[in-house]
Amino acid sequence: MSNQDYEIVIGLEVHSELSTKTKIFCSCPTEFGGKENTHCCPVCMAMPGALPVLNEKVVEYAIKAGLATNCEIASISKNDRKNYFYPDLPKSYQISQFDMPLCEKGYIEIEVDGEKKKIGLTRIHIEEDAGKLNHDDYGRGSLVDLNRAGVPLIEIVSEPDLRSSKEVDAYLKKLKSILEYIEVSDCKMEEGSLRADVNVSVRRKGSKEFGTRTEMKNMSSFRSIVRAIDYEAQRQIDVLEDGGEVTQDTLRWDDVSGKTFSMRSKEDAKDYRYFPEPDLAIIKISEEMKENIRKTLPEMPEVRRERYVKEFNLPEYDSKVLTAEKALSDMFEKANSICNNPKAVSNIIMTDIIGYLNSEEMEAKEIPFSPEQLGNLILLIDKGTISSSIAKKVLQEMFKEPKEPQKIIEEKGWVQISDEGAIKEVVIKILEANPQSIADFKVGKDKALGFLVGQAMKETRGKANPQMLNKLFLEELKK
Amino acid sequence: MELYELTVHELLEKLDNKEITLEEITKSYIDRINDKEKDVQAFVTLTDKEALGKVQTIKERKTKFEGIPIGIKDNMCIKGTKTTCSSKMLENFIAPYNATVIEKLNEEGLVSLGKLNMDEFAMGTTTEHSAFKKTCNPWNLNKVPGGSSGGAASAVAANMVPWALGSDTGGSIRQPASLCGVVGLKPTYGLVSRYGLIAYASSLDQIGPITKDVEDSAILLNLIAGHDEKDSTSANVDKKDYTKALVRDVKGLKIGVPKEYFGEGINEEVSISVKNAIKKYEEMGAIVEEFSLPIADYALATYYIIACAEASSNLGRFDGIRYGYRTKNFESLKDIYVNSRTEGFGDEVKRRIILGTYVLSSGYYDAYYKKAQKVRTLIKDQFNSAFEKYDVIIAPTAPNVAFNIGEKSNNPLELYMEDLCTVPINVAGVPSISIPCGVNSEGMPIGMQLIGKQFDEETIIRAAYTYEQETKFMENYRPTFKN
Repeated sequence: MSNQDYEIVIGLEVHSELSTKTKIFCSCPTEFGGKENTHCCPVCMAMPGALPVLNEKVVEYAIKAGLATNCEIASISKNDRKNYFYPDLPKSYQISQFDMPLCEKGYIEIEVDGEKKKIGLTRIHIEEDAGKLNHDDYGRGSLVDLNRAGVPLIEIVSEPDLRSSKEVDAYLKKLKSILEYIEVSDCKMEEGSLRADVNVSVRRKGSKEFGTRTEMKNMSSFRSIVRAIDYEAQRQIDVLEDGGEVTQDTLRWDDVSGKTFSMRSKEDAKDYRYFPEPDLAIIKISEEMKENIRKTLPEMPEVRRERYVKEFNLPEYDSKVLTAEKALSDMFEKANSICNNPKAVSNIIMTDIIGYLNSEEMEAKEIPFSPEQLGNLILLIDKGTISSSIAKKVLQEMFKEPKEPQKIIEEKGWVQISDEGAIKEVVIKILEANPQSIADFKVGKDKALGFLVGQAMKETRGKANPQMLNKLFLEELKK
Repeated sequence: MELYELTVHELLEKLDNKEITLEEITKSYIDRINDKEKDVQAFVTLTDKEALGKVQTIKERKTKFEGIPIGIKDNMCIKGTKTTCSSKMLENFIAPYNATVIEKLNEEGLVSLGKLNMDEFAMGTTTEHSAFKKTCNPWNLNKVPGGSSGGAASAVAANMVPWALGSDTGGSIRQPASLCGVVGLKPTYGLVSRYGLIAYASSLDQIGPITKDVEDSAILLNLIAGHDEKDSTSANVDKKDYTKALVRDVKGLKIGVPKEYFGEGINEEVSISVKNAIKKYEEMGAIVEEFSLPIADYALATYYIIACAEASSNLGRFDGIRYGYRTKNFESLKDIYVNSRTEGFGDEVKRRIILGTYVLSSGYYDAYYKKAQKVRTLIKDQFNSAFEKYDVIIAPTAPNVAFNIGEKSNNPLELYMEDLCTVPINVAGVPSISIPCGVNSEGMPIGMQLIGKQFDEETIIRAAYTYEQETKFMENYRPTFKN
């Protein structure tokens, strides 16, 4: 048998940090960074006698995520304790949700190779993040930093509906986009605010039963997840092809070697002794509360996409690319409100800005300049103050230092020369220096005009208004 | 009469009349502590000198209770003071914050004379499970003071503190109050904030007063009751003045007497003494009726499953990582956990952690923990239906009077039976006050408990106050400090 005879089955548990200002059970800030153990109090440090109080915003955000992913929202929910010992877990239990999550039975629609598919969501529940262990460089042990302990998370559990790493990539991007759109998570990958546990199994095509699955924990790069799935699925197929059996292990993906390694087997699985958290009350969610949260849902990407086609006359493709990420989409709309030239804004975002982000491995939300500055840049082109080739150079400067584009072109002396007299002087100078080109033009070689314009541009260091140059050259040549 | 023999309301009266000064009061207690602490061994940490220092700076009382001394069970956090839970695990732990009850006492200006001994992590009925010392019963120094708030009850009985705060998970305020001949009140679950009370069993723990008489109990309850945003299980009920319930009147009061509390396992002298008290209520105009509370038989098992399950999780934080005892003997992370906890916890604590871990384990959860939660609902229901008929339920507080130190310490099951009468009340979450109702043939005090409806502390305070005023236990009996 070959790879084509197997089907890959993938399910994901995605943990996303919520962007509430304060932690889930105390009023410490959730802000990333900060000196070790400074965003802490008796509650999140698990001092004896301290008690948790549920941050209502966390419930609100989780419900918002549930509504945005077509989930059913519970009317009654509760917190449970998950008990295990680890130095980054100060209470020796994590307050999570076991059998009564806030949201259940939702789905997310993805599109792969032009085909749409619904991926089921089993549940979304709230829980607290653990602290962080900093391993001492001198080998004297590990130091515990509890700044992150108690930062709110939602865990989004998918059904085993994903069939390829490509689908997983689309699913993760879509999920990230939704969470960003509804503004419940920053999804800052580099700060680990979106992490996934990946369950992979393989089975013969047509089989109704699932194969034995393995789990790769705590992965935070989409690229690694795709690689890991491809590797792990192939490994499992190879094991089965050799007549072996896949064992239900927890694996670690090593990005350097590109391989998975077993961390522990099912026999070592922990018994978390879940039980209802007696320090917290039952969570009751009224229909009114659900409706109020539903009203705060923003325009979602699909709706925006259609609107861009209708309202801005943008091509379907542009609309899709622009709306895929909220940060880009927001930038487009704000910049356009300044310059009212949707296609120009779309072009500069789709080619220059996305190009820059990709080459620098930056995320759209890290763009340093404001949408207003981008809008002003387009205005400068439209008014003829600069050419679009100068605009590209200005944009590079704006990435380096977010200044007003007007200021940049003044400082750099990049203002376009649109004074007819000045340009005419240049045209005459170039013509005098290139008699051969004049001769070529006259015998019908149109290329000669392009050469002359190029020479004029060189002379003015790109600042001459190109339309005007063309016009004046033609006038002179036809004399 | 010495100042230390007075109740707090008597001290306040004398202060208001300028007959005495705050300094005289504190000095009187310090003298008494110097005299009796060596016999009673009630304190884990003394802060009497600091208390005197504070009192000496007070020129004029700004609040009614400014400068009034109190003792605190050593499982409530006082910022900057050692809070040990009478455990080696927290032997050198200095609390970095105040429990809400301490904040409330501080606002009123009370001063703490010290932290009082207890069974380790409040697990026990004799205070013999303290890692530091065995507290003796002032009525007979060979006898246990009860537990787990044994230090608090014996310190009040010995007049080393005018009153104290204890905590009650399965009887830990009422049973030692009963064995030491003082008044102990366990409020309705949720009436007093648990923030800063080191948790034993979160769904059962409740802080309450241990006092010389019912009036002081009402006064102290006024000071500590009330909703707290820091405790999600604290109830948002209207603030009441419990001293308004200090009325001598039980005419027409409907008293239920559950026959299960007077049968097997209850000492006969205790049973007779409580029955005599009930007769007294009848004489005073109450309507008494015997009834059956059959579910009570299952309360003890239910209690030990729920309490141990919660404890096994609550005590997880004592892992030797951030604070508390850490073993010197380790090579791996697992060693730190296992050895720190093995060396830092006493036997009884370990026993309950093991029990609790077991009942929460997969495969056993449904049979034990889940079933216990169901029985708990039934217990609440039976209490609720009893309170449709009765205003107060009266029962013995403890099945026995104080027994000899060491007598039962090798038999955990026998010790668990000491909780027989008190645990159903915690499981049901209702309030109960224990007051003295006599002494046995050896002169050891006997207590009875008056159990009330949820958040109806007033009725049990009124009933207790009426009996106390009628019988004057305090005037007739007092501790002997003899062996």
